[in-house]
Amino acid sequence: MASTDPVVGFLAAAVRIGTPLLWAAAGEVIAERAGVINLSVEGSMLAGCLGAAIGAHAIGDPWIGMAVGMLAGAVVALGFAAIAIWARTDQIIAGTALTMASVGITGLVYRQVTRGMVTGLSVTTLEPLPIPGLAKIPIIGPVLFNQPAPTYLGFGVILLIWWVLFRTTLGLRLRAGGEAAPAARAQGVRVRLIQTGAVVVGGAMAGFGGATLVLAQVGTFAERMTAGRGFIAIAIVVLGRWHPAGVALAALAFGAATALQFVFQAMGLAVPYQFFLMLPYLLALAALTGVAGRVRAPAGLGRTVE
Amino acid sequence: MKLLLRLRAPIAAALLGLLLLAAGLTALGYDAGAALAALYRGAFGSWYAFTSATLVRAVPLIVIGLGISISFRAGALNIGAEGQFAAGAMAATATGLAMGRWPGIVAIPVVLAVGALAGAAWVAVPVVLRVRYRVQEVISTLLLNFVAEALVSFMVQGPLQESKRIYPQSDPIAGSARLPLLPGTRLHLGFLLAVGLVAVVAVVFARTIWGFRLKAVGEAPRASEVTGRINVGWTVAAALLWSGALAGLAGALEVSGVTYALFQNLSPGYGFTAIAVALIAGLDPVGVLIAGLGFGALEAGAAGMQRDAGVPAVAISVVQATIIVVALLSVARARLARGEAAA
Repeated sequence: MASTDPVVGFLAAAVRIGTPLLWAAAGEVIAERAGVINLSVEGSMLAGCLGAAIGAHAIGDPWIGMAVGMLAGAVVALGFAAIAIWARTDQIIAGTALTMASVGITGLVYRQVTRGMVTGLSVTTLEPLPIPGLAKIPIIGPVLFNQPAPTYLGFGVILLIWWVLFRTTLGLRLRAGGEAAPAARAQGVRVRLIQTGAVVVGGAMAGFGGATLVLAQVGTFAERMTAGRGFIAIAIVVLGRWHPAGVALAALAFGAATALQFVFQAMGLAVPYQFFLMLPYLLALAALTGVAGRVRAPAGLGRTVE
Repeated sequence: MKLLLRLRAPIAAALLGLLLLAAGLTALGYDAGAALAALYRGAFGSWYAFTSATLVRAVPLIVIGLGISISFRAGALNIGAEGQFAAGAMAATATGLAMGRWPGIVAIPVVLAVGALAGAAWVAVPVVLRVRYRVQEVISTLLLNFVAEALVSFMVQGPLQESKRIYPQSDPIAGSARLPLLPGTRLHLGFLLAVGLVAVVAVVFARTIWGFRLKAVGEAPRASEVTGRINVGWTVAAALLWSGALAGLAGALEVSGVTYALFQNLSPGYGFTAIAVALIAGLDPVGVLIAGLGFGALEAGAAGMQRDAGVPAVAISVVQATIIVVALLSVARARLARGEAAA
């Protein structure tokens, strides 16, 4: 990043690193509010990474990459929905299976498309898009308003989700299905259909998150590159108390925890880097401990709807 | 005959998985026939391949799979066996390095016990978090896998790095801490231990009060609580601790019987594959033995496929995922057929 101020650099990195988590966690909020715990978000993110890398590499346009990544994430989620919601199997196990399958399929496809390539799937990343005027504000400007476009879109999508969930009939039906499916169905709500929609939209958003990871941060694909970010997103949903705004804040907090390692490295601390790798996961555990028991999950979360 | 009937769904699942793999490989331009032939050769092609690849890989799957059966029976979803395996491997390596002056009769049991304890200790964190703070063990055990991975990376580049300090791995453990091998093969004594454990867990499940409590707690936690005779919290905690201990033991067996040293990526995902093993076995110990052998063959075959046909070994996780899904579907169908509501 261009900024030389270490605090600004740290905060900007926190937002940048938090963005993929925000997208995945915001998608998971939709699914969980509808009563579905979807552990295949990790798989959706990974598929999104590969889709983005292939799309952007083949066409040469990062936005094509974002679209392909979204589609790939939605496909994984559709598989999950078919098995967990329509065939009525255990959601947690079905999600684990879909994630396993995604690891295998992305590994296979990646090696297939890079066979004979020297450079791998390196792609040009999205440049930061400074917002005229706002980007000039001290500290806040470079932190919030000099980011790649997916970050701004992420904040927009958080608002949109809040509006749909809490201000529309569709949102009311979705939440009713997640709290009390039989009662919702008695009211004529097609619970499983809404759950399917929620899961697929959530998967597309996780795919977008994965695409952001590739196209706004890393610039290439590597096998298993999501490294559990999808699972962290699930922890973020709990921390954010199943509310879009809370989830956005929690995602940024995780971005900050991950960005800390750059600060400590810059300070020349002699702490082995592996401990910084552990930090986000330990923080997730500590945070879950702090909020668990004091927050209430949707009453029907994880329950199969007959 | 009864056994054959019960194996019907798993065999169908495995065949379907292989079929999908073949279709996928063909679509990607591989020679599917050659790949499947290489898969078969890698798993069963010779006595050496069968003992030293298939059976050796089946050991951790069986041992971890037994542990997962225990925790899943109690309704506790331990998805962190990968981390508990790593904890066991780290502890076993540290102990094995220090056992040079002791004979094998002492060194081996100590190394294995320390590994099991480390696995239990690794899962103790999620246990406390669940019992005390109601944090779902699914997420806590999963998150600790990544912590364990980073810790192994630290160990092999830090305290446990080999004495020349060049490679990210440990020194080889003392000779006396290594498990005896079947002559002419790389199959270690841990295989017999795994089979023995299958028998022990089978008896515990079928013949003991504790086995009954596990099932009661898993299937009807509220009802178990109101009987006043079953402490649900303790039963779940014990189930998780035992499953962690078995995963830790598997890590120790891997170090003491196969690698003799600690490496990064010691496990090619045994902790996750073992979930598939336990599920397809219907959480039944004898089933875990059979499914463990089957998945061991798949893993061994995957290595052969990569070596001989150039197909990436990760492809096999497609087969494994298919098997989980088919196992899930057959369970769901049976439940629907009995007219039961899903949990």
